[in-house]
This record gives sequence, structure tokens and C-alpha cells, in this order.
Amino acid sequence: MIDSLQQAFIEETRELLGELEITLLAVEDAPTDSELIAKLFRALHTIKGSSAMFGFDDIALFTHDIETAYDLIRNGKLGVTKQIIDLTLLARDEISNMLVKTGNHTQINEANTKKIIESFREIVSSFNKTEKKQLHAVVEPQSSSIDKSSDVFHHFHIRFIPGKDLFLTGTNPLMLIEELREMGSLVLSAHLDKTPDFTSLNPEECYCYWNAFLKTTKNLDDLQDVFIFVADNSELTFENISNEIPKDFEIDFAKLQNLVSQNDNDDFRAVLKQYFSVQKQEKQLEINTTQKQTQATNSHSESDSVSSIRVSSEKLDELVNLVGELVTIQATLSQVALSNNNNDMISISEEVERITWSLRDSALNIRMLPIGSTFSKFKRLVRDLSNELGKEVELSTDGAATELDKTVIEKLNDPLIHIIRNSIDHGVESPEERIKAGKPSIGKVHLSASQSGGNVLIKIIDDGAGLNKEAIREKAIKSGIIAENAELSDSELYTLIFAPGFSTAKKVTSVSGRGVGMDVVRRAIEGLRGSVQVSSELGKGTVITLKLPLTLAIIDGLLVKIGSDHYVLPLSSIEECIELTQDDVKKAHGRHVVNVRGGIIPYINLRERFRITENRPKIEQIVIASINNHHVGFVVDQVFGQHQTVLKSLGKYYEKVEGISGATILGDGTVALILDINKLTENEELEETKLASNSFK
Amino acid sequence: MPKTIMTVDDSASVRQMVAYTLKEAGYGVVEACDGVDALSKIDSESFSLIITDLNMPKMDGITLIKELRVKPKIKFTPILMLTTESQNEKKMEGKTAGATGWIVKPFKPEQLVAVVKKVIG
Repeated sequence: MIDSLQQAFIEETRELLGELEITLLAVEDAPTDSELIAKLFRALHTIKGSSAMFGFDDIALFTHDIETAYDLIRNGKLGVTKQIIDLTLLARDEISNMLVKTGNHTQINEANTKKIIESFREIVSSFNKTEKKQLHAVVEPQSSSIDKSSDVFHHFHIRFIPGKDLFLTGTNPLMLIEELREMGSLVLSAHLDKTPDFTSLNPEECYCYWNAFLKTTKNLDDLQDVFIFVADNSELTFENISNEIPKDFEIDFAKLQNLVSQNDNDDFRAVLKQYFSVQKQEKQLEINTTQKQTQATNSHSESDSVSSIRVSSEKLDELVNLVGELVTIQATLSQVALSNNNNDMISISEEVERITWSLRDSALNIRMLPIGSTFSKFKRLVRDLSNELGKEVELSTDGAATELDKTVIEKLNDPLIHIIRNSIDHGVESPEERIKAGKPSIGKVHLSASQSGGNVLIKIIDDGAGLNKEAIREKAIKSGIIAENAELSDSELYTLIFAPGFSTAKKVTSVSGRGVGMDVVRRAIEGLRGSVQVSSELGKGTVITLKLPLTLAIIDGLLVKIGSDHYVLPLSSIEECIELTQDDVKKAHGRHVVNVRGGIIPYINLRERFRITENRPKIEQIVIASINNHHVGFVVDQVFGQHQTVLKSLGKYYEKVEGISGATILGDGTVALILDINKLTENEELEETKLASNSFK
Repeated sequence: MPKTIMTVDDSASVRQMVAYTLKEAGYGVVEACDGVDALSKIDSESFSLIITDLNMPKMDGITLIKELRVKPKIKFTPILMLTTESQNEKKMEGKTAGATGWIVKPFKPEQLVAVVKKVIG
């Protein structure tokens, strides 16, 4: 077959040579005809290219310099002269000779070909005299078959961030990765964090990028060759990290891959480092345990026996979601069983209920994480801040094992940073002031976490100067947050520090003092269905208490009805339910307030708020809740009682509806909306102020 | 089913050499002698890869790549261009037009297969 291919090549080249001759003669008559020149170049180019492939290396070598000259002519950099045409014609004849003679391995007229090549080189170099690089044959047979690899292993960290348009050049990045994999042992981490959300996602763009660790005998050039087609529009780094790997170190690639897969952040090197250090420790531990084998059970082996597996949080969300569905269906089952009055069915449904609840509890429990990891992060923060502010502060913690829902912990991070910053900046005094006040020069900030019922309490305690009630009051009046004659309790006063735009700091520092922090803190905590409380003693310190629900997936609610719709109010802030009669409404003279045991409580009529007109009952109910230490009532038709529900989000389109934080499905399949009473109150206040300012005009 | 590759080259011998090598390697091959011919054959089958020469009469390789890239069917199909060492700027031009990579002429059959394998496996 190869022989017949070679024959085909010879025939084709003869044709080309014939064409070349005719064209050359035509060019002599019309030296500027670009069409003809292009044809010449193409013929020479093809001869050069294919001759090397079919084993006619001498032709390729010979034609190369001629082609170079014609490339210049084609680009208008060189004019066609009679000399060039003469030389080319001579060259054509030589090529024709080579075609015949190479087959027989007979020597061709070397002197002749040499002369022709020299002449062409002269022509080219006369065009570009600065060209010092010798244009000798490039057509050396490529040596891919020569194995450049040695027995020495290299360890590379490869980072590959393809250009977004990667797919548009038909490149499949996975093929490149596969090629890498074939070069040795590979640990790969694919990162999807640059993928935008669905609405702005362009499926034709590549958002994924990779980090890889490769142990190979190949060298850097071989690695770069893999990415040769994508190198110009990708971000590529190759780093030989062989010297970072401990000597005589056996890398467990499966284990490392596992570790890497769990960390989808880009800090691949850190993960590698962690692996190497953990491995070292484990080795040490192994030695230790073997040493201690004779001893009775020790704490090491105890902690070893608690095995754990890592699962992606999406899987957990899915599980919690399904359990939520199950809880709903189970409620329906109980209802049906009861209404049918079928004893067998009732006993089954009770059994199902029992199992469902324990399943629900364990499912939610899986999402729980100890808050300790968040606490430990603050050590560094406190250290940096105290240095920056020239204060000496010590951070202590307790209750690090207290467990909270993963989402809650994540969202708690920023608010806690704000609070700690404030404590150090405003709370803890400078060492001189502290000594003057008779306190130890080192200030203390204490973080504590504890569980209390369905809530977790997080306290941030400092032994600083405490809050200055008068300063807060003055500042609040100045910024128009409260009226000059307002009478506020201590806790109400302290709560003012969370008002938007509030700051008592004498000077604005980079750390705090712009009055944005604490406002954000309150919003974040309320977003988690939690609350913030402040207590303080002047000169002794401040305690900020965050009360947070254990989980966000389940809400303990109070089920109420307005018109024909059901609603759920979060039980954690509800204090009592009282009746609202037509008489009460009349007594208030159109104002939305009610007298409860001598105190005046404002209320929001949800029926009016939600514009429900049907069947207003004669006696309504007011659910009284405590919001930021204020009592606010919510008027509903009927109160059913406590209802534990699985919170469902309203989905993308409705999630921004203010005053509604989600929905839940009741036992009979109807949907009840979960009310966000903080937001409802805020909006009502806004409207009232608007009304008030309008009536003044 | 074997992956099918289209090879576009005005030189019959190069084309045949490419076709022979790829068939030996287990691929299906369709040949086209220039850009116009390639475009007329492109809809006949679905190709895993297109290998095209750059210097061709009627329609050159760069134009062909541009023409192919606007076809929804070919939008993400790898395209390799056959270039020579002296055509470095051509490589860039081809990449801008949408080529996946290049094979430097002259090449040995095993080099061709290696590059094809690199691109489509």
C-alpha cells in the first residue's frame, strides 16, 4: 500500500512540475500577476510538504529555500527577476531528477543542487540582510519517536484556565486532560465556581477550569505540548513542585484525589500541602499508636473510630427536601386515617408518623456543624485588628461544639466579624485607658455558643468601656432616629446601635465607625429568623446576644387563618394571642392600637394588608409578637395553634415578595404562606411615616 | 461505529496518505479536494474531525474554516489545519478563524494519528 501511495505521489509531483514549468514561463511574461505567483507558491509548497511525507527528504530540503523565496515574492516583498525564473526552472529539473533517482538510491548531482540552493539563499538574504539566522533545512525528520523521558519522576502542579471561546475552536478540554492522565499519575480538580447563574449562562462558553497534580517521567516540554493548541488563549501554569514533596514519600493518589475533590476551591496548592502534612502526621500517629499498643484505650483510638464520609451539600439539601415532602404526605395520611375512623389505619399512620419524625430529625441533624470552625477563624481577625488599633485583646471561646445548620453557620460569619470588630474598636479601650480604669491592660473578647431549646445563643462579650447611654441618645436624636422627648428603656436604647446610619465613634476608622456595620448585622440575623439583644454596663463591658434557630429548613410556627387562606407566623417571637372585638376597634377611634392589660400595643390588620374582603368575623384574634423589644399585634381571623412546618422557598419569581418568607404545605394539601413579621412591621412603619408626613402638608 | 474524518487537500497524494493512515487507525474517511468540494460534502455525514490544507485553489483553508464555523452542525467540530513551519502567522490566522489545532507538514503517519487522537480520541 505504501508503495502505491508513493507511486501516486511521484505521479502527482510530475504533474505539479509540469504545471510549475508552464506557470514559470507565464510569469516571465507577466511578472506581477499575483494569481500566477500564488499558483507557483502552491505547487512548490505541495511538493515540499508531501515529499517529506513520502520519504523524499532531499526534495523537501531542496525545495524549502525555493519556497521561502517565493513566499517573499507572493507577499510582494521581492520582485520576480529573470534570474529567479532561471533558477526555478533549473530547480524544477533537479526535482524531477530526484524523483527518479531517489528510488534507486543513486547520487544526484549534488554540486548542482547546492549551487541552486546557495543562489536562492542569497536572494533571500539580500532581501533581509539583518536576518542572521541561517535558513538551513528545517525539514529534518521530526523525532517524536525518540523518547525524551527518563526514569526521574517530576511532580507538576498544572493550572489550566481555558479561554471562554474554547468550544468555538472545536476543542474538547477533556481530551487534553486525558492526554495528561496518560503521562503518569494524575490528580485532578475541576472548578465550576466561575459558572454564572442560569440566566446569564452562555452554553457555548467554557467556564470550567482545572488544577492538576501530575507525577510523571515526562518533562516540561512534553506537558506544554499537550496544550499547544490552546496555549495562546488559555491561562496555563506549570510548576515543578518536586522539591515540595517529602523524600521517600509514597503518594496515595486515590486518597489525594478524594481530598482534592472535597475542596473545590482554587487553592489547589494548599490542598496538596495539607495532604502532605496530614500524611506526615498520620505516619507519626501510626508510629505513636504502635508504641502505645500495649496501653489501654486512649483518646487517639477513640477519635479514630468515629469514621465519617463527606457528602456534597446539594445531596443533603435534596434529602431534606424529600423528607419535607414525606412529612407533608404523612400529615395527609394521619388526617385521612382519622377521618375514616379506621383503627388499623390509624395505628399504621401513627407508626409512619413516628418514623417520619425521627427520619426528619436525623436528616436535619446531618446538616448540623459545630460552630467551632467559625470561632477559630476569628482568632486571626482579633490578632490583626488589635495590632492595627494598638490595643491588646485576647479572644477566648466556649461552646465550640454547639451545632448549627450549615447555612446558618455560613451566613453567620459576616455578622460576627462586624460585631467583633465593633467590640474591639469601640468596646475595648486602649491599654493606657484600661490601666487608668483599674483594669488589666489586656482586653478580653469572649465568644460563647450554647443551645437553648430550638435556638442557639451566641454571645459576644467584651470587658471594654460599655455602651454610653447618653451618647447613644444624643446621637440618635441628632440623626433623627428618635424624638427629643422619647422615653426609652435601656434595652431599647441599646438596640438603637443597630439602626441604619448610627455610629457614635468619634472618628471614622478603617475598622468601623461608618455606621453601616451594625445595621447590616441586624438584617443578616433577622434574615436567619434570629434576633439580636444588647446589654451593657458602663465601664464594665458589653454583651451582644444572637438568638438563632437551629435550622432554617424547619420552622416552628403558629397556624392562623384569614378569610379562606392559611398563614404561618414564626412561633419564636410570638408572646400571646388575644381577642379583638368590634368594641375594641371602636374604642381606638380608627387607630390601629389595642389596650392590653393597661399597655397600648399597635397592630397590623393582616386582612386589610392582604386586601382580603370576604367574611370578616365579629371577633378577630390578635397575635402579639415581640419585634426588637417592641410589641406588635397581627390581626387574623382564627388561630389554630402550633404547627411545625418544613419551609419551602417561593422560588425565584416570588422570593422578593416582601413580608412573605416562604410557604409550606399543610396536611390536607393546601398551601400556607409563612409571614416575615419583621419585614411586615418595617413596611407598616414606613407607610405610617408617609401618611403622617402627608397629613402635615 | 467508527468516527468519520474529512480530509481536505488539493494534493491527491497527501489526501490519500492521510486517508490511508487514518483508515489504518480505525477511522472512517471522506476526501475533498478543496474548500468548495468540502462544503458540498459536509452535510452528507456527520464528521468527528475535519483536516484541511491551507493553500488550496478555489477556496483556501482559512476561508473554509470560517465557512464551516458558521454552520450549526460544525460549530463545535474540531478542525485541524495542515501547515508548514514557515507559516506561523497562518497558524494564528487559522486559530482566529476557529481551527482547533494544526499538523505541521511534513509529518509521518504516526504523528498524524497522534494529533488526531489528541483531538478526538
